[in-house]
Amino acid sequence: MGFMTIDGRRVEFTDEPNVLSVIRKAGIDIPTLCYHSDLSIYGACRLCMVENDWGKTFASCSEPPKDGMVIYTNTPRLMSYRKLILELLLASHCRDCTTCIKSGECRLQELAHRMGVQNVRFQNTREPLPIDSSSPAIIRDPNKCILCGDCVRMCDNVQGINAIDFAYRGTEALVTPAFNKKIGETDCVGCGQCRVVCPTGAISIHTNMDAVWEAIADKNKKVIVQIAPAVRVALGDLFGIPKGENVMGKLVGALHQMGFDEVYDTSYGADLTVIEESKEFRERLSSGENLPIFTSCCPAWVKFCETRYPELAEHLSTCRSPQQMFGAVAKEYYSDSEKNGGKEIVSVSIMPCTAKKEEILRPESCTNGKQDVDYVLTTTEVAAMIKKTGIIFDQVEIESADVPFGIGSGGGVIFGVSGGVTEAVLRTLQQGHNRTEMDAIKTSGVRGEDGIKEFTYDYNGRKIRAAVVSGLANADNLMKRIQNHEAEYDFVEVMACRRGCIMGGGQPVKPEVDTRDARTKGLYDTDVNTQIKKSDDNPMILSLYDTLLKGKEHKLLHRNFPE
Amino acid sequence: MKLENRTQLDDFRQQCREKKQAEVCKILVCGGSGCLAGGSEKIYQRFKELVEGKSGVSVEIGAEIAHTGVKKSGCHGFCEMGPLVRIEPYNYLYLKVQLEDCDEIFEKTVCQGEPVERLMYHDGTELYQRQEDIPFYAKQTRLVLKNCGHIDAEHIEDALAVGAYESFEKALFEMTPEAVIKTISDSKLRGRGGAGFPTGRKWTQVAGQKEKVRYVVCNGDEGDPGAFMDRSVMEGDPHRMIEGMMIAAYAVQAHEGYVYVRAEYPLAVRRLQIAIAQAEECGILGDHILGTDFSFHLHINRGAGAFVCGEGSALTASIEGRRGMPRVKPPRTVEKGLWAKPTVLNNVETYANVPMIIKNGADWFLGIGTPDSPGTKAFALTGNVKNTGLIEVPMGITLREIVYDIGGGIKDDKKFKAVQIGGPSGGCLTEKQMDNKMDFDSLTKIGAMIGSGGLVVMDEDTCMVEVARFFMNFTKRESCGKCVPCREGTKRMLEILERIVAGNGEMSDLDELEELAQMIESSSLCGLGKSAPKPVISTIQAFRDEYIEHIQDKKCRAHVCAKLKQFHIDESKCKGCSKCARNCPANAITGEIKSPYHIDNDKCIKCGTCMDNCAFGAIYTE
Repeated sequence: MGFMTIDGRRVEFTDEPNVLSVIRKAGIDIPTLCYHSDLSIYGACRLCMVENDWGKTFASCSEPPKDGMVIYTNTPRLMSYRKLILELLLASHCRDCTTCIKSGECRLQELAHRMGVQNVRFQNTREPLPIDSSSPAIIRDPNKCILCGDCVRMCDNVQGINAIDFAYRGTEALVTPAFNKKIGETDCVGCGQCRVVCPTGAISIHTNMDAVWEAIADKNKKVIVQIAPAVRVALGDLFGIPKGENVMGKLVGALHQMGFDEVYDTSYGADLTVIEESKEFRERLSSGENLPIFTSCCPAWVKFCETRYPELAEHLSTCRSPQQMFGAVAKEYYSDSEKNGGKEIVSVSIMPCTAKKEEILRPESCTNGKQDVDYVLTTTEVAAMIKKTGIIFDQVEIESADVPFGIGSGGGVIFGVSGGVTEAVLRTLQQGHNRTEMDAIKTSGVRGEDGIKEFTYDYNGRKIRAAVVSGLANADNLMKRIQNHEAEYDFVEVMACRRGCIMGGGQPVKPEVDTRDARTKGLYDTDVNTQIKKSDDNPMILSLYDTLLKGKEHKLLHRNFPE
Repeated sequence: MKLENRTQLDDFRQQCREKKQAEVCKILVCGGSGCLAGGSEKIYQRFKELVEGKSGVSVEIGAEIAHTGVKKSGCHGFCEMGPLVRIEPYNYLYLKVQLEDCDEIFEKTVCQGEPVERLMYHDGTELYQRQEDIPFYAKQTRLVLKNCGHIDAEHIEDALAVGAYESFEKALFEMTPEAVIKTISDSKLRGRGGAGFPTGRKWTQVAGQKEKVRYVVCNGDEGDPGAFMDRSVMEGDPHRMIEGMMIAAYAVQAHEGYVYVRAEYPLAVRRLQIAIAQAEECGILGDHILGTDFSFHLHINRGAGAFVCGEGSALTASIEGRRGMPRVKPPRTVEKGLWAKPTVLNNVETYANVPMIIKNGADWFLGIGTPDSPGTKAFALTGNVKNTGLIEVPMGITLREIVYDIGGGIKDDKKFKAVQIGGPSGGCLTEKQMDNKMDFDSLTKIGAMIGSGGLVVMDEDTCMVEVARFFMNFTKRESCGKCVPCREGTKRMLEILERIVAGNGEMSDLDELEELAQMIESSSLCGLGKSAPKPVISTIQAFRDEYIEHIQDKKCRAHVCAKLKQFHIDESKCKGCSKCARNCPANAITGEIKSPYHIDNDKCIKCGTCMDNCAFGAIYTE
């Protein structure tokens, strides 16, 4: 608590961890390339330098605010330093801005422009390095890397993976996996959080837009598409729509306009997951075996669990993820020549997630040797495709998703937020579905922004011990405790990305903190507006069990099930 | 033998003293790197043969030689005059000793006690028999280096005989931790690693932390080109440094310590390992030292050769097994250092000062040096000076005294130009600053710094632009690559300097250098970056005309910059043989047989082939 003077103005500070936060609070967007409030302080870009009243300069990101502090943020000296730093960065950076995927969203480009760098006096003498496209999730272009270390700290601090780190030193320094391996050869889980924080085009989404365009254009192919819950509350960011607003209706309309034959909702797949997972959980509860059950809808988490904690991997639910359940069911449905009209079915999914691109390639994501989902497009890619067509998104007439797979319950929709899966499973376990019961679940501790949420829930006279985790570093922490028998649970939900899929690696990048809250609210509001709250109340699903799924539940809805 | 209490230690020390006094004559062959390169190993071997069977005579060398029972000492410091041989008890110092001289030294000095005068120091007028009388030594105040070269660094008995661990004993049994810190604070001892931070204040801050697990770390990552003070202490008197660390550990109640040494110092590492092992064996290090409640364990970590690991937070990161990269501060090392615990981090020379202060008191220490920078400082004196070597002088001495009295003046009586102080982080001092005091504050005032203590003397044949390029090349290579100003800025400064020394500079380059220098100095993350531009700034300030000559006249007055050399043929010497023209790879030489040839300097690629080939010495450069 105290007051400091920023550029002659008195500014109050409370619990801000550093001077930089106070400056931003005071309405000054002081430039940074390596500062993220979720990551450890790195202090490498030096753009946030400020000057005190004795003319001493220091980085505001690493200085705690002190009462009576007097600082200046924009003295001529500071402005010239910032400009020179950006000039130096640009000088060693690939400057093919016009063809860069990040163009227009690049923080380096933005700051260089803001600081007025109009001339780069130094030659780029860096040897061009090969682009690493070995991962289906992300592409790394070291020629565009400015060594801010954001990706390294994201992968370490928040995700606990450490797939990448610095190697070599000075101007030879590189961000790379150990031993010069390609990223696809490492334990990288494909979560894409590195790409979320990368200020330049050094880490980008491994796109599949061209293949989808080709499929749409092919008269012999029928292209069906599913839309994941978290997509609808984030896509609007790229079209100037208020944060967190649900744009599902417009998206369905736009996709139809673009030529997708059928547009469906992954919430339907999520409902299937809830039903199957609840069944499995009930069985495990009654037998008392193989508890806790770990959710299996997040592929980054599944890979993490398999590689880091193989001895605990049997706790993973055998359920496929909503994307994969949907994919298998849809392919099965369209295997009927009456339904496919003699066309080859191409199954596309629109996901907030880059790891989903890796998931569709897993052996258990295939039925009869063929992929259940053919292509994954991230929210960001779909926005780019819409923009390419010239469709003015804001003016698109809203449409509802197609039948039979276009209807999801509220439980299916909230999958996009951390805690959503658990909440949906608890709803299904619960006999009734009145408001009191729903509210009891809501307030049980399942909601909220914490990275690890632990709570108990009364079910059939016993207490279910649940843990809801987001962020793999948090998951790592929890797994260690489980391994050491320091914690015992019955149900563990893990989403690799902090706050869940709404903040997935394929989502539009918005650095502002309130983005998360807005997207969370967007999904919960959608749930509120959905009459069917429980997955097992979804009428489109109930009929499926009697028809298409009969005798095929395990084949289509579970993974690693011996055939 | 494990010493269980104070009495046992005192008895043991007394035994060591008596044993040492019993030696009649000792031949100390210097085993520092310089003398070893000069052949001191063979000299040592020869003496070994000569003294075989002669009782009461021992031979010591600083090199690692696989003879059991052979004693080893550290560098004597007078590297310019090596190989050095000192004979005790006469204290004769023989210089530039060759293998052939060994027999004569043995016959005359060892057997009869007579000096071999032709091997002694002679400054043109006077002959100096005793080492201590030679001006190089006489003007020094050797306190930290007192035992270096005089004791056997691989036997704790030898160190105990000259008083090792007496101060620790005093601190442990007669002083409270608070009293120890007070003595160090009162002595105004300042860190010898470069910045001169008050050691007592650092210890007080660590002692005041809530966290009770604390560490004591020694920075032995001496990386400045040409600096070897810390190495000499670790090699020549390791117990002094260990004792300093133990006193620090007692003062802040730490129980674990780490010595971070460069892997390029294998001898220092080995000597430290031996010293630690012997101290542990004696019960001086370990659990319940000398029967008290105080326990202290010391570990050695070897650095893999990154200069930046001399920076505190990079050093602790490296010990922890992480990438050696500085982190932002706060929190400071005293709050969150090694393993995020409060840490006392001092350098080798600082710790080596501690035992003397505890033994003699703060007032004694304050009597040496200047009021604000008391004590002595070791310097590695190198470059174009007559007497190069390792020296230790009281703070506040002038540069003139160092260069002319200790160093003996400029080599070959050339003209003095400048002294580079503090290595790549320091600046150049010129004739104008010759009478400036050498202490922390006086040097900071004139834009230089003591740094780790490298002193490179430069004469008129040194190109100051090239000096700046050399140091910039060093920092650019050693930048860890974390912060933008240092990583990208030093790269660009180096490019500009390379352009200038190659004759491709432009006047705007000077502005660009200054622009970059200011930004790097004010914006870099750690000390390495902040001080990286210093050599350039100080040379531009003091020798701007040389820069301009390089840029505008394409001339290097010191004839150092190869690309700026102009090759000419002296017509009076040229016989017109055409050999130069025939060998010139650039076809820059033309002429007719039997008349003087001519070099076209626009075509000349400055390779020097013509000069090497001319049988008449007719080709010269300017």
